[in-house]
Amino acid sequence: MSEPVTALGGASFHGMASVEEMPRRGMITIRGSHESGALHEAVTAASGGLELPGQGEAVIAPDRMLGWMSPDELMLMLPPSEVPGALSRLAEGLTGTHHLAVDVTDARALFRVTGEGHAAREVLAKLAPVDLSPAAFLPGMFRRTRLAQVPAAIWLREDGSFEVMCFRSVARYVMGLLSVAAAEGGDVGYF
Amino acid sequence: MSKRLAAGGRLLDRSRAVRFTFNGKRLTGYAGDTLGSALLANDQMLMGRSFKYHRPRGVVASGAEEPNALVGLGEGARFEPNQRVTTTELFEGLTAQSQNHWPSLEFDIGAVNTRLSRFLPAGFYYKTFLAPRAFWKHVYEPFIRQSAGLGKAPKEGDADRYEHFYAFCDVLVIGGGIAGLTAARAAAASGARVIVMEQTAHWGGRTPVDGGSIAGRDAAHQVDALVAELSGMENVTLRLRCMGSGVYDHGYVLGYERLTDHVPEAGGPRHRLWRVRAAQVVTATGAIERPLSFAGNDLPGVMLASAVRDYVVNWGVAPGASTVIVTNNDDGYRTAIALKEAGLEVPAILDARAGGGGALADQARALGLRVETGRGIAKVKGGKRLTGVAVCNQSGDGAELETIACDAVAMSGGWSPVVHLWSHCGGKLAWDEAQAHFRPDPDRAPTGHDGQPFVVTAGSASGPLTLGAVVSDAHAAGRTAAARAGFDADTSAPAAIADEAEAPMEPVWMMPSGAGVKLRMKAWLDYQNDVKVSDVMLAAQEGFESVEHAKRYTTLGMATDQGKLSNINGLAVLSQSLNTPIPQVGTTTFRPPYTPISMGAIAGEARGEVFQPLRRTPMHGWHESHGAYWEPVGHWRRPYCYPRDGESHAQAVEREINQTRKAVGLLDASTLGKIVVKGPDAGKFLDMLYTNMMSTLKPGKCRYGLMCSENGFLMDDGVVARWDEDTFLCHTTTGGAERIHAHMEEWLQTEWWDWKVYVANVTEQYAQIAVVGPKAREVLEKLGATGMDSQTFPFMAWEDRTVAGIAARIYRISFSGELSYEVAVPASQGLALWEALHEAGAEFGAMPYGTEALHVMRAEKGFIMIGDETDGTVIPQDLGLGWAISKKKDDYLGKRAQERSHMTDPDRWKLVGLETVDGSVLPDGAYAVGTGVNQNGQAVTVGRVTSTYHSPTLGRGIAMGLVLHGPDRMGEVIEFGKVDGSRVKARIVDPVFFDKEGEKQNV
Repeated sequence: MSEPVTALGGASFHGMASVEEMPRRGMITIRGSHESGALHEAVTAASGGLELPGQGEAVIAPDRMLGWMSPDELMLMLPPSEVPGALSRLAEGLTGTHHLAVDVTDARALFRVTGEGHAAREVLAKLAPVDLSPAAFLPGMFRRTRLAQVPAAIWLREDGSFEVMCFRSVARYVMGLLSVAAAEGGDVGYF
Repeated sequence: MSKRLAAGGRLLDRSRAVRFTFNGKRLTGYAGDTLGSALLANDQMLMGRSFKYHRPRGVVASGAEEPNALVGLGEGARFEPNQRVTTTELFEGLTAQSQNHWPSLEFDIGAVNTRLSRFLPAGFYYKTFLAPRAFWKHVYEPFIRQSAGLGKAPKEGDADRYEHFYAFCDVLVIGGGIAGLTAARAAAASGARVIVMEQTAHWGGRTPVDGGSIAGRDAAHQVDALVAELSGMENVTLRLRCMGSGVYDHGYVLGYERLTDHVPEAGGPRHRLWRVRAAQVVTATGAIERPLSFAGNDLPGVMLASAVRDYVVNWGVAPGASTVIVTNNDDGYRTAIALKEAGLEVPAILDARAGGGGALADQARALGLRVETGRGIAKVKGGKRLTGVAVCNQSGDGAELETIACDAVAMSGGWSPVVHLWSHCGGKLAWDEAQAHFRPDPDRAPTGHDGQPFVVTAGSASGPLTLGAVVSDAHAAGRTAAARAGFDADTSAPAAIADEAEAPMEPVWMMPSGAGVKLRMKAWLDYQNDVKVSDVMLAAQEGFESVEHAKRYTTLGMATDQGKLSNINGLAVLSQSLNTPIPQVGTTTFRPPYTPISMGAIAGEARGEVFQPLRRTPMHGWHESHGAYWEPVGHWRRPYCYPRDGESHAQAVEREINQTRKAVGLLDASTLGKIVVKGPDAGKFLDMLYTNMMSTLKPGKCRYGLMCSENGFLMDDGVVARWDEDTFLCHTTTGGAERIHAHMEEWLQTEWWDWKVYVANVTEQYAQIAVVGPKAREVLEKLGATGMDSQTFPFMAWEDRTVAGIAARIYRISFSGELSYEVAVPASQGLALWEALHEAGAEFGAMPYGTEALHVMRAEKGFIMIGDETDGTVIPQDLGLGWAISKKKDDYLGKRAQERSHMTDPDRWKLVGLETVDGSVLPDGAYAVGTGVNQNGQAVTVGRVTSTYHSPTLGRGIAMGLVLHGPDRMGEVIEFGKVDGSRVKARIVDPVFFDKEGEKQNV
């Protein structure tokens, strides 16, 4: 058994903000009715106790999170070793309830964007048509959007760092985008 | 001659000299200069040649509206054509070249056109060059291209960096003059989030030059006070050098920020394109002065009166030592007074109004200036420089009363509000009779999604031209915008300002009003496009009544300045010629951008490495380092083949095929789409999506399926595997994954919303590797896969196995006709598996093969390829795929369409194999030629080639094609046309060329 690798092997860039590819994180796509009590229970059990997020939000704990993807889709992230267990808990808890839960741990790439002041917000605001002002984009918000020409999701942690998710095949493109946007001299001074 | 004054120039830093070159000449200016003011300071009046007649031209304006003084700026990778000297801030080392002249600016051969101008009227090209037809391409067009034109295209890649920035605000104010700042303050006081964009490097617009007083102080103090106050507000962002470029639907506005044009070595992005969503937009874009149309009004030294004033006050530059003022309104007198106060000569003020001016005229007289009322300019005297003006009565035909010597003329034909941004998104205009201009009609504003106005104009952009009216209009505009954006408006009153009484302006569309044809042919309307009064009159005479048609016939208002100076004058002349009131003639359409913006700003970050997303499989780097020759497939790059030392691509493909058929080859199939379909109704759903039956597939088994559009056309194909009772995995084509996923979601969300089915696109979760060839099983067994024999693991089944220590799901499917396994593992371990397979296969000579080998092998087996055998007009029945269409199902997408008469027509071309008689490879896309000709005189066609290759396995050319009655004509020889006109014979055969019984894949 070989060691699983991320798309870019932990690439990083440091300019007006820092961009780092994050270590591998277990991911499960869950589709089902958010109204369903069975889904609530099963997801909470499988996620190690996370509540369901509201629309456009994520419930973020130190080593796991649950993001709102659409009215009938959630993204559960947790340590990779917990994925098989979580999948079987979902299967058990949702026996007889129409749903879909599938391991997508390796389908995507994750990045962290950090910087002084509002640098990280500015980097993302160069690429995503989202109101990233401190008044509008708060910790715990989870936004599916695009970064330049590809789909992506971004969310903000309590410590002020952004996390970015995109499809694995475009990891290098997104790393390139974030690096161009974070290059020295590109401070906007808007937020 | 123009010169630098000993004192003055509020924007200059005279302690900092700045060196620059113009046409290689070394010149010096000061920090704070524009290129235009610095050229004038060096007595460089002649700045370019006109577009059509190559007439000598100098700067006519002082801002964004400049039509004449365009230069090529910079060199090499920083060269940019058509830059206005008036908006180019001077910096150390700037290099500029004038445009549109040969061999030099001073002596230009093309200027002969101006002597021929009598023969080059509007529409000349349309009329003259109609025949003979061949002359257009070979004679006329090269000549016109040679003689007309402005800047040269840059030859090198752009050295700079650009970016976009998305911003959201409540109120966006475009324009940082007294009106914009007043409106911004009124809006910001309510707490609204406000952005103010000013296109120049300075706040205040015309106010510091035009003067006036607010609350007992110079109006310029009010500008400073407003900037200071707004800078201190957290909810306000002020951006200089940022032009509001365009206003679009739903409050979307583009701002063009020029960050380093004035400091090219500063680093960082050169331009930033602001992509703003604003709840409300305030356009405080000011007004632009109009020229007057008199003979010789295009000579260097004839300038807008306001520009003359700007050069004196802002940059301490006198366009002339002795300047005649010609005006139809009181504002022109401000220039006379400014010149006089700067110690310059003003020999006369020619006021076209018989009644003369108001308070400002009195002030001018009090300064001892000569004022002549009811007078105009008959013509300007001089060549490359002007030497004087011939004075006439405005009401006459131009009889010369006297000649006044001067070296500059300052003209003012009244002011037009800048209505562009108001108009971009549908704001309508009203004709203001008193000011003789179009102004925004506030009752017909651009409206948003809710039908409510989202743009409001402020200051002179609304129409008022006096300081007091401008400020009070702007204050109201700011309050209105804030209130419409949902904020409680500021209740403070604007500063009360008593405007001095001005005499009304009088429209002057031609000077003198009875100018004969000779004068009209020298009276320029559009400097940039060399359109004269006579051209517009001719257009009217020839029936171009619509202003839009007249524009295109004469080129009035085209090119880089889009008629900022010429628009109103041109349509006034048109209106007179048509004897139709101006409002009925109307304006041409105002379109973004307000002034040209750089290609770099539009592209933003999208260049070089990130020009376009490139999708990469987990093995992409391996392919790259092993010399893959790439083929783009959607946004993916797939290896076409892996040429080795000295091999041609064809040789590489042949080697890869031979190796695979003989022993074992490896294919990176990760790009194939993989969509999980799950739920109690999943089988029912797939039965509707595919033409064949999927619900009967047993868990653990695979089935090939075809997907059609509602219109019956084949849109995708692939192998479906049933993972369990409720779950299927649908493989799609590489290019089809996202499209088919969306297709599934659309049907589930719109038509079959009550079916219990969920889908998920898991394409990128897996790396998938095809292990293909007689030795495939042995390779996998070497890596620890057990139970691979055909009893345990038959063809068209899937099994979970551990391969090289990696948990894998293996699909035993074949697109090559060989023993073949597609091994799917998590993407994070794809490269590890790929390398392990190479190592294990080494003893059999295992090597990777690319898409071309894949294509040839599938063609040898007669397998179709979406995009080759299909083109959006082909149905499965055309391809002999009737076996994959269920007869038992009541319905599937495309079924009813396939029953239409044209779809069941026996004359539809059908798929067959083709073998050239001489063994050569048929040209791709070649048509089969029938007998006779069609109604267009073309040879009748009876088929076409869809796929064609050299088959190394068979040692000959093989092809597939769609042929009329093809399947019924087995063995018949037909002819295909080649590009060189010759024909090649091919025999119609079965499309399966190799191993018809499928013995190789079933071992």
